[in-house]
Amino acid sequence: MTVDSKNDEAGGAHPSADVNDKQGLIKRIWHALWRPTTRYSLGALLIIGFVVGILFWGGFNWSLEMTNTQTFCVGCHEMEQNVYREYRGSVHDTNASGVRASCPDCHVPRSWIHKVARKIRASNELWHHFLGTINTREKFEAKRLELAKHVWTTMKKTDSREYRNCHKFEAMDVTLQERRARNRHLEATEKGMTCIDCHKGIAHQLPKGALDAERELNETWNKVNGNN
Amino acid sequence: MTKILIALVSSLALFGLAFILASPASYSAEVKSLRGAPDIPESAGAEKIFPRDASGKFTKNYRQQPPLVPHKVDKYEIDLKINQCMRCHDWPRNVEENAPKISETHYVDRRTGKTLDRVARSRWFCTQCHVPQTDAKPLVKNTFKPVKIGQ
Repeated sequence: MTVDSKNDEAGGAHPSADVNDKQGLIKRIWHALWRPTTRYSLGALLIIGFVVGILFWGGFNWSLEMTNTQTFCVGCHEMEQNVYREYRGSVHDTNASGVRASCPDCHVPRSWIHKVARKIRASNELWHHFLGTINTREKFEAKRLELAKHVWTTMKKTDSREYRNCHKFEAMDVTLQERRARNRHLEATEKGMTCIDCHKGIAHQLPKGALDAERELNETWNKVNGNN
Repeated sequence: MTKILIALVSSLALFGLAFILASPASYSAEVKSLRGAPDIPESAGAEKIFPRDASGKFTKNYRQQPPLVPHKVDKYEIDLKINQCMRCHDWPRNVEENAPKISETHYVDRRTGKTLDRVARSRWFCTQCHVPQTDAKPLVKNTFKPVKIGQ
């Protein structure tokens, strides 16, 4: 690309020879960007831009999905030593049908906009990882209730969105369920309850004080939003 | 340099091969314990699974028997932090869940005799006494007879 910045240009700032190199380079690149090319055709630029755009978008998406895998999540020892070991052996890890739900299936939303919003919020998790907020078992146990409450509140707000990635009321054949499960699920659909109201401590251990915290959460939620 | 390397690797391989061929066919025959050479059966067979019996409530065999649990218990967490049975069987949650409340005796601290607000620590692990209903035959033949009421 020819850079026509030195002379003949009206209205633009011209870098003189004795200005330091860095400024000159940036200014030159800037000017080059906003000048029409004399060598390459519009079509060529568009096609190249399109292809490069695909590559960059693919790269972005690929790295986003890479952070959406169980392997990535348990890369941090806080996760591997605490919640991952509790998850192993739970019904979402091993069961009769062999269908598995791992970390992202329950903790990362599936739809793109919600997923990206969650990824941006995950910078908080990175921050605390570097602060070492839960980097020992004792610290983790001390924070377990608070962390659990975060998840429960999020689920309440989203009507257990991640549960409904796989479990849908409309798809539930209650005639195949046990009597207690059938009664509860029918009651839940009638009362407009959400999955997290009952299904807590599914994959990880419940924190100390969970029952009282659950009651408190339900009460404040009902007060703010009306019953369920 | 490469010639030396090749010579080294091939001699090691030959040595390893000779070692494997010269060793006895199976090492298991040489394992000895205090009981002599144990006879490990080829196939032990799978353990019998006793499914939960949900056909109504089992009757108690004597008054003090801890009632049996008519539902699955394997996913309910009881550990030092939490007792998930209390989610439905402790007051006041038993009212809304329509579940039997734990016996009043379970609120009495065994050591001090005081009645507590929450379940006593000595009664924390429910499944030590309360087992799920199942159709499991007695392991050992016995002549146990349940108490007959009124006699």
